[in-house]
Amino acid sequence: MFAGYDFDVIERSLGYLFREGMVFTLTLTALAMTGGIIFGTLLAMMRLSSMKAVSAIAGGYVNLMRSIPLVLVIFWFFFLVPYIGAWIIGAARPIAVGAFWSAVITFTMFEAAYYCEIMRAGIQSIPRGQVWSGYALGLNYWQSMGYIVLPQAFRNMIPVLLTQTIILFQDTSLVYVISATDFLGAAAKVANRDYRLVEMYTFVAAVYFVVSYSLSLLVKRLQDRIAIIR
Amino acid sequence: MQYNWHWRVLVEAEPGGTGTYLQYLIVGLGWTLATALAAWVIALAIGAVVGTVRTTPVKWLVRLGNLYVEIFRNIPLIVQMFLWFFVVPELLPQAIGDWIKQMPPPWGSYVPAVMCLAIFTSVRVAEQVRAGINSLPRGQRMAGIASGLTEAQAYRFVILPQAFRIILPPLTSEFMNVIKNSSVALTIGLLELTGRARAMQEFSFRVFEAFTAATVIYLLTNLIVVLLMRALESRVRVPGLISAGGGVQAGH
Repeated sequence: MFAGYDFDVIERSLGYLFREGMVFTLTLTALAMTGGIIFGTLLAMMRLSSMKAVSAIAGGYVNLMRSIPLVLVIFWFFFLVPYIGAWIIGAARPIAVGAFWSAVITFTMFEAAYYCEIMRAGIQSIPRGQVWSGYALGLNYWQSMGYIVLPQAFRNMIPVLLTQTIILFQDTSLVYVISATDFLGAAAKVANRDYRLVEMYTFVAAVYFVVSYSLSLLVKRLQDRIAIIR
Repeated sequence: MQYNWHWRVLVEAEPGGTGTYLQYLIVGLGWTLATALAAWVIALAIGAVVGTVRTTPVKWLVRLGNLYVEIFRNIPLIVQMFLWFFVVPELLPQAIGDWIKQMPPPWGSYVPAVMCLAIFTSVRVAEQVRAGINSLPRGQRMAGIASGLTEAQAYRFVILPQAFRIILPPLTSEFMNVIKNSSVALTIGLLELTGRARAMQEFSFRVFEAFTAATVIYLLTNLIVVLLMRALESRVRVPGLISAGGGVQAGH
């Protein structure tokens, strides 16, 4: 099965694959995770708001994002972001946004919908008495959220948030459809240049597997530790 | 900043000569559903077996099941798509490989896409099946054994019928995931709904009309699936249980 398998092509392109591709993938994952959790938490607070309009807007956004394929969302933002950028800075023409920033915005906005549902469950898992005692102490909404509810909700949800981040890490490979040079994109370019598709794609699969599986083992260990403390 | 909408594009003829752009997209939806349904049937079959096997006391079977799940859960879908499309035909015996590669379009993309989505989804089904079985009180299995059933019979008559009814809601969302995930097949050349929206955008330069139309079609499809499944769920709900599926899960 491995007869005629050219390991050399992998070795030759390792630098390119990791320094260009993997760096792109990891930076994108980190930025989208940070942005997604922040935006997702805000969405969760909106969804739980007693103001009907606010919760309806957040609910509509989350449901919309969760009903359409990520590939379509990537296309949407790839074409939409230049227009939005132009609208924000008041330019007459759509502005140029590179594949990287387009991807960062896409994944932040998309994953926020999923992080929102996790944070909503997290916030709802905090006993009501916690919020009331905050109010009784004279804290306002933002203070009781920021000092009492969110820290606990966040902590309870860390394993799920991290699992979602592993999924995000895998999903970033879909930037292939806008020809970005992430880890998969870099491998695809080498594969097509040297006509070594079998070698490159099995190698890519192996790397993704090792990274995702190790991370999921870490999450599992973390989960056990948190479970004991609770 | 102004975008000039031109909705009439939907009733204009597409360059392939098969009809209007709207028809072109609807045929895309047909391919999306054909891919998703075929993958779903296989995924249910494999997922049910793998999920069940992982709850049995047979150690090596459990390990084998775990291995299967971990492999296909930790490789991104698009990479799996490339493996099925580019790599598998090369690793098979030459005659079969050549036969696969020479399949006329769209079957050359359709078959690998279905296989890929089926295996990818079967892992998630297996997780749900296992969770469903584990959510049953242990007494159910014990009572089955005590009343003279064999292990296999206990599964067949006591455990699985309840488990499947319990996990119907999470399976619904998995089914919607297959529909959405089938869009990844555009990377191996299957012209399903998203792929056709992209093609329409390239032919007609009406970017946002094309993607809005595709989005609306996806939303309507989701709505129909949700309504159908809700009707099914209310028919098969296990009396006495409030709802199934535990806490929040990561996923999409």
